[in-house]
Amino acid sequence: MMGWLESIWQALSPLSQGVLISTAYIVPVVVVIILCVAYLTLAERKIIGAIQNRIGPNRVGPYGLLQPFADVLKLLLKQVVLPSRSNRFLFLVAPLLSIVPALAAWAVVPLFPGFVIADIDAGLLFVLALTSLGVYGVIIAGWATNSKYALLGAMRSAAQIVAYEIAMGFALVGVLMASRSLNLGAIVEAQAGGFLNWFLVPLFPLFIVYFIAGVAETNRAPFDVAEGESEIVAGFHVEYSGVAFAVFFLAEYANMILISALTAVMFMGGWESPFAGLNLGWLSAPGLHWLAVKVAFFLFCFLWFRATFPRYRYDQIMRLGWKVFIPITIVWIFVEGAMAIMAVGPWSSA
Amino acid sequence: MLPTEFAPAFPETVLGLGICLVLLVDLYLPARWRDVTYLLALVTLAATAMAVSDIGLSGTTLALGGSFVADPLASFLKLFVLAALATVFVYSRAYLQDSTYNKGEYYLLGLFAALGILVMISGASLLTLYLGLEMQALALYAMVAFNRDSPVAAEAAMKYFVLGAIASGCLLYGISLLYGVTGTVQLAEIAQALRAGGADDAVTLVAVAFVVVGIAFKFGAVPFHMWVPDVYEGAPVSVTLLVGTVPKVGAFALALRVLVEGLGETGVTWEPMLGVLAVLSLGIGNIVAIVQTNLRRMLAYSTIAHVGFILLGFAAGSREGIEAALFYTIVYVIMAAGAFGIVILLGRQGDDADELDDLRGLSQRSPWFALVMLLLMVSMIGVPPLAGFYAKWWVLAALLDAGQLWLAIAGVLFSVVGAFYYLRVVKLMYFDSPAGEAPLRQGAALRLTLSVNGLLVLALGVFPEGLIELCARALG
Amino acid sequence: MAGTLFFYTLSAVLIASALGVITARNPVHAVLFLVLSFVTSSVLWLLLEAEFLAVVLVLVYVGAVMVLFLFVVMMLDVNVAQLREGFTRYAWLGAVVAAVLAAELLAIVWWKPDGLPMAATTTPRPADYSNTEMLGTALYTEHLFAFELAAFLLLLAIVAAIVLTMRRRPGLKAQDVSRQVAVRREDRVRLVQMKAEHDT
Repeated sequence: MMGWLESIWQALSPLSQGVLISTAYIVPVVVVIILCVAYLTLAERKIIGAIQNRIGPNRVGPYGLLQPFADVLKLLLKQVVLPSRSNRFLFLVAPLLSIVPALAAWAVVPLFPGFVIADIDAGLLFVLALTSLGVYGVIIAGWATNSKYALLGAMRSAAQIVAYEIAMGFALVGVLMASRSLNLGAIVEAQAGGFLNWFLVPLFPLFIVYFIAGVAETNRAPFDVAEGESEIVAGFHVEYSGVAFAVFFLAEYANMILISALTAVMFMGGWESPFAGLNLGWLSAPGLHWLAVKVAFFLFCFLWFRATFPRYRYDQIMRLGWKVFIPITIVWIFVEGAMAIMAVGPWSSA
Repeated sequence: MLPTEFAPAFPETVLGLGICLVLLVDLYLPARWRDVTYLLALVTLAATAMAVSDIGLSGTTLALGGSFVADPLASFLKLFVLAALATVFVYSRAYLQDSTYNKGEYYLLGLFAALGILVMISGASLLTLYLGLEMQALALYAMVAFNRDSPVAAEAAMKYFVLGAIASGCLLYGISLLYGVTGTVQLAEIAQALRAGGADDAVTLVAVAFVVVGIAFKFGAVPFHMWVPDVYEGAPVSVTLLVGTVPKVGAFALALRVLVEGLGETGVTWEPMLGVLAVLSLGIGNIVAIVQTNLRRMLAYSTIAHVGFILLGFAAGSREGIEAALFYTIVYVIMAAGAFGIVILLGRQGDDADELDDLRGLSQRSPWFALVMLLLMVSMIGVPPLAGFYAKWWVLAALLDAGQLWLAIAGVLFSVVGAFYYLRVVKLMYFDSPAGEAPLRQGAALRLTLSVNGLLVLALGVFPEGLIELCARALG
Repeated sequence: MAGTLFFYTLSAVLIASALGVITARNPVHAVLFLVLSFVTSSVLWLLLEAEFLAVVLVLVYVGAVMVLFLFVVMMLDVNVAQLREGFTRYAWLGAVVAAVLAAELLAIVWWKPDGLPMAATTTPRPADYSNTEMLGTALYTEHLFAFELAAFLLLLAIVAAIVLTMRRRPGLKAQDVSRQVAVRREDRVRLVQMKAEHDT
């Protein structure tokens, strides 16, 4: 049996072999992400319920653990309504445009030592480019729906994402300066050796800016003016239903996980252990479990924000992005330059 | 290592820092303290001029990775640009004080334009030349649109911007082809590569044609002159004054650096092109100027005609011709500054006084400034012993030396045609009675500078040797 | 082989989408075609091993510039039919100019190709070669002056844009955030001592 498979494998061209290997990497990662999304929705309802002194879903399965599957089943079975004067093609393409970048960016995220789907040099830029593409899904959905509310939501979202992308980019410039590499794996390795070596320490303002900008980029509360159900019903996805809506939903949560993972990789050492070098068994060993813990922490922050803060007004969001975050990042890049010249922190080894 | 590298570019550095200072100071000043911005701008220009004179007229240094050249010509042109811009600022202040858009950004954008021109003057690579050109152009686009409530200004700015963008595109396309042919953007290396061969390749010829289009647009030569009359008429007078004077030095520097220093080997290609452009400019400029009733439009067409003469100097294809073109450019800038200074002097709040009729009877209202205008107009015609005469005479002599008889004849012929409309201005001032008795704009600085400006035209006409020698030395 | 196939497929997509930009009747579709052509050219650059430029093209043009473009186009609701009115009247002139230009360019490419390297092949770089690093080095040493000039140019562009667009209109109802933040409790709340009320 194995010999037979191996002979087929040998007969394949190197190109097809490469494609097969990549697929073998991609499929498990995507499946795990989608499962995470499913349970993130449940976690959101449970955690916010707990914060608000409620119980949350507890009917489907033990402790409501099967609730996500019930939700998915419901959405899959619902009819996809096409608004009569919408642009049919773009209306259906828009959800795909928002899910694809959210999943594709995982290609360069190092998950545990030695594992990354695509080990490319310009990984950081690739991530930035892909996260900036996600906005097209929202804009095209808003426009193709041919509804005023949807268009308003799209406009808000476009302005917001463009504003926060600059701050995000500058924050990553700081990471790049500290790690001297654009490769995410190299960035993680540059933070090896305990939590004092994490970029969180020398780049604290950039870390804060990056994470908050990340929340804004994903259109999550308190920056969710693009949906703003109290003002513009549901914003860009007001007319979406069934599977199309489910895909938008998936994209939003996949983006949350992505931003959490990226923040962990950039500023908290990714799969590195905070207790590295202390000889505490699995606690001090690097691995996927540490990345998972960090991601879970940031995801909890996402939910915590949503349960705590009221929605920002649109002009407040713009002001925060342009007048607070961008200046902070620029100033801190200068500070980093000074630190690099004086050889302190991560620059001391150079 | 870096500070010494930047030493030849010290004037640009000073100007750049001055710009940042003016920008920050102006931002926090209340509108009634606008004069502080004006004074700071003048101080910046003076400091830059000091930095230039510190480098002086000696020796040629190639710096900053071969993209910057400091030579006698650069120092000479830079000093002249800075002085001319200071004059422009003095005139403009008198105008802006009365206008509704007295913004500090006028001086700021003027300084930006100066920075662009300085960079062009010292440009030793196509990359820096292009960046300098864009900086100058972008500043001017914005300035033309300054008076944003005026549809005329908006139209002028729109035309200027769109046509300017196309011209920049042409220039850039030519540059990219040149890079493709020679594999470098540095002028010295391009000249070397072309000397080694490939100067008459089809690609090189197309590249040269595109570069010439870009340069001709910046000069405002026919048939790339469409923007000139509209911009001159539509922009605020203070901006017209700026557009009509200093950038011509930048265009001259661009032409000299790119065509003569970089593409000297392809002279046989671009000299006839410039000859055609020159004759067209002379013809259209002088003939269309006759029918204008607006002083600014008339001056616009007169500019086109003068640009024709400057291009004739290049078309002669000899060193003498280029010296003559340099001399002409400088004399032209002095004359144009004076002429627009008179327009500003005549204007009143809310009325630009830019119709020819507003000049009626100036000799009765102010004999002195009528005389200054007379000197300027007669010099533009090219009557001895004024500076304009020597400028024209030298260009024509260079053409004859180079055996370009027909170009010389065209130059003389159209100068005679041009005499008509300049003399009409003189006639209006001296033989017509004034239409109104509105007082002339006061302001000692304006009056003094304008007087000096007018007398300079006379002085350079009586004693041209100094400037002629300076031009020869600068190019030597 | 696969690379060549990839190249031609992408080129075909690029040309088709570029045509789409100028033929699309709906301006939003035109902008989306432009986005597609940017993405395809970015992938073409990747084939040339210019990964930094390729990613930056997507990041800057697709991620930021075209988003704002879409934004403006959607807001303006451009009426293309109106813009096209004069099209047939001037079409012949445009056609003549285009034909002359095309003839000139073809003349260079076909009739006088000597001296013009037609298709330079790229030399594969070693695996540890980073063109990001190389671009950075070139930008900050060799082209430092041009880099600084470009910075000034951008500053100028900001100043020019603000000069032309910013003016204080009277009657604007925008919130002054610093004043909102500076508000104290004492300005808004007055505590009043009242006797308790009894129904009885």
